Amino acid sequence: MSGPLLSRRTLVVGGALLVGAGLREAALPGAARAAGAAGLPGSLARHPRIDAWIRIGPDGGVTVLTGKSELGQGLRTALIQVAAEELGLAPETLALVTSDTALTPDEGYTAGSHSMQDSATAIRHAAAAARAALAEAAGRRLGLDPAGLSVRGGAVLAPDGRRLPVRDLVAEAALAVAAPAEAPLRDPAAYAVVGRALPRVDIPAKVAGGPAFIQDFRAPGMVHARVVRPPRAGARLADLDAASVAARPGVIRVHRDGDFLAVVAAREYDAVTAMRALAGAARWEGGARLPDPATLFDALAELPAERTLIHEAGADAPAPAGRTVRARYRRHYQMHASIGPSCAVAEFDGTHLTVRSHAQGMFPLRQAIAEMLGLAEARVRCIHHEGSGCYGHNGADDAAADAALLARALPGRPVRVQHTREQEHLWEPYGAAMLTDVSATLDAGGRIAAWDYTVRSPTHLTRPPRAGQLLPARSLAQPFAAPPPKALPQPEGGGDRNAIPLYRLPKARVTHDFVTAMPLRVSALRSLGAYMNVFSIESFLDELAEAAGADPVAFRLAHLDDARARAVVEEAAGRFGWGRALPRGRGAGFAFARYKNLAAYCALAVEVEVARESGRVRLVRAHAAVDAGQVINPHGIRDQIEGGVIQAMSWTLYEAVRFDADGLRSRDWSTYPIARFPDVPDRLDVHLLDRPGAPFLGAGEVAQGPTAAAIANAVRQAAGVRLRELPLRPEHVKAALGA
Amino acid sequence: MREAQHADDAMISLTVNGRSHRVEAAPETPLLYVLRDDLGLDGAKFGCGLGQCGACTVVVDGRAVLSCLTPVAVLEGRAVTTVEGLGSPEAPGPLQAAFIAENAAQCGYCIAGMVMRAHALLSANPHPDEAEIRAAMALNLCRCGTHMRILAAIRRAAARRIAGAAP
Repeated sequence: MSGPLLSRRTLVVGGALLVGAGLREAALPGAARAAGAAGLPGSLARHPRIDAWIRIGPDGGVTVLTGKSELGQGLRTALIQVAAEELGLAPETLALVTSDTALTPDEGYTAGSHSMQDSATAIRHAAAAARAALAEAAGRRLGLDPAGLSVRGGAVLAPDGRRLPVRDLVAEAALAVAAPAEAPLRDPAAYAVVGRALPRVDIPAKVAGGPAFIQDFRAPGMVHARVVRPPRAGARLADLDAASVAARPGVIRVHRDGDFLAVVAAREYDAVTAMRALAGAARWEGGARLPDPATLFDALAELPAERTLIHEAGADAPAPAGRTVRARYRRHYQMHASIGPSCAVAEFDGTHLTVRSHAQGMFPLRQAIAEMLGLAEARVRCIHHEGSGCYGHNGADDAAADAALLARALPGRPVRVQHTREQEHLWEPYGAAMLTDVSATLDAGGRIAAWDYTVRSPTHLTRPPRAGQLLPARSLAQPFAAPPPKALPQPEGGGDRNAIPLYRLPKARVTHDFVTAMPLRVSALRSLGAYMNVFSIESFLDELAEAAGADPVAFRLAHLDDARARAVVEEAAGRFGWGRALPRGRGAGFAFARYKNLAAYCALAVEVEVARESGRVRLVRAHAAVDAGQVINPHGIRDQIEGGVIQAMSWTLYEAVRFDADGLRSRDWSTYPIARFPDVPDRLDVHLLDRPGAPFLGAGEVAQGPTAAAIANAVRQAAGVRLRELPLRPEHVKAALGA
Repeated sequence: MREAQHADDAMISLTVNGRSHRVEAAPETPLLYVLRDDLGLDGAKFGCGLGQCGACTVVVDGRAVLSCLTPVAVLEGRAVTTVEGLGSPEAPGPLQAAFIAENAAQCGYCIAGMVMRAHALLSANPHPDEAEIRAAMALNLCRCGTHMRILAAIRRAAARRIAGAAP
């Protein structure tokens, strides 16, 4: 923030809104400071041109572009707010185009709580640069110093009252250039749109039946397809009576390519009934045997793994004397379990393929589909449409691949593929089963002197861009093999995400055992390994506090140096009323994490009730304190945290994928129960610690881990039992209670 | 073309959102497909096809019904209401407005079903207490964890009814 240019522009380009702002150098945005040090900020580094992000039409209409997608997290609203703020425009006047390989920048996946950090940061700077370019153009026109002009309401305003509409400046404003490293950002102290609880722009259509989802997309001549998957992974299609199904009324085609099987009909319900007939007409052989669930964790402990030491501190210090505590934690396979099964629409015109999908990454999907079909990437366009919430890598990419294969077989006809509930449950890639082992030594003062932690996990990333990562591509007559799974490197990590505690640990080792085998198909589920690592670390912190005879919150604070971490811990504890006595059968629990140790901070205090007869645990109330940096939309963050707490509560109390050696058994909502309305807490309060001017920190996944640990810690207090396996099953509670 | 192929299709009269329709469909066709594909009413969603999640909930003669399981033939002479019958994105009805005011959707895939189940509840019981709301909504699943917002929206709509009914 050294440049006088920036402060001058910040003062004058913003015009009347920013009178006096230039006097507050110290309050200037941290993001801009970071930009000056590290080149262009956020995704601008990959796509530096202003018009990659902001385009102005001949009519002066502004379109904002993002390579990220709306997944139900409120992304559209937040990005519009950021652009509107910098452009001095009313939010409702902006158009927003989300991930589309023909139109938008390539920002990879919409994942990892990166959208605000990457895309909103890029849009903020590009919009500020666009505003400056408009002022420059107007300055030339009016013969005035652009520094004296302001941009507001779709026009550039001069101090003498002259006004030039943006549409008159479009041809002259230099937007087809790289954004400057230090864009003239508005002063956060003067924000009028960012930081406001602007209502979500997409909700009216969703509550009133407007077209909102890929499932609602229609094209002239569109036909309906259903796929038939094998009874278990790896089974081969031994025999098929295709003719009986092809002869059914309304059936356009029975499509078989190797073991990939589908039926296409003009009308949707005909496709549904034909799919059932086709399933009955197919005979499958073989397939992979699954591990015995009774010995799942013993087997996981024995699977081959690649070992990486991801953190070491005080290696040369001698092993401290003192009391050593050890624990092992376990997590079962869990699923995304989207409410709407995956869907896609594809059309092939003989040369070009268009795929409409709710997958998280249109550019990686394009690459994978192009490889699968042997088409040049330039001949494949992938366009994101909203689907049901995905919470990671669910069946969306596979549905897109199904649709692409069928569209190629039926040129000129848009093909809509809709998966069934069973297919979504049985074939989505799950969140991995995991094991952690931790030991720590307490010194005489009750502080942690040494820490040793190992997380053992299969991969958390089997997404495209490779064709072999698309389920149907593995079944074709010319199949694509699944690529060997890879670990995600630190600092973000995969299975080892959040495996390194943020606490002060003088002597510490953290090891990642990356299990290369994958008995069940797994991939990214909201927060990846962080859910399990934070559960383990934060449960163990309580075990150590108990061993030290310390209060859990005080014990955490005694090991936390980060001021923002301390602030959320104190806020959550204070709002909850930590330390107050609770009725019999109830207990309080606490947990904290900073997502990936580099995104948002979250501390959570909860109260649970344990029914001694049934062992059932109920979350009674929760207070979350969150620091996500500069808040763009407080309700957006609140809703992500509320949703994260309730979803993670459901994972933690109810969810484990059922299977036996012969196959998967969680095929619907009765065999994979999730939380329902009577299960959700009486109260759930989210407290935001806003940091005006600080960089945006992703908050979409930060609540997952703390929720699991806070509940387990509260169960310990309520019922006197320490549960170290996720989910916290009632039978384990009951057994531990000796009921 | 498709008529010729469907010997078992029948003409079925339906009243949806106060309008009469005649559709040609096999009698066992679930109402959901007729609403979405024949009448272009996309509010009701396919979630499971098993009657387990509530995404397809509509109201028939005042009661919440799962359209994914209800054969269209049994609806002759009965009044079907879908979320489109309560208002539009531009002019939402009071219950829909309450959902908008409370940000009561994340992905929103379950929301039309939530609105319709809440509509049936408030029609039968204009002043439900919290336990009654939760019990009535128990069949409808939300995966984003929007439950607290949805409950707030239903309370808001109920309170508005009380306020509206006051002299």
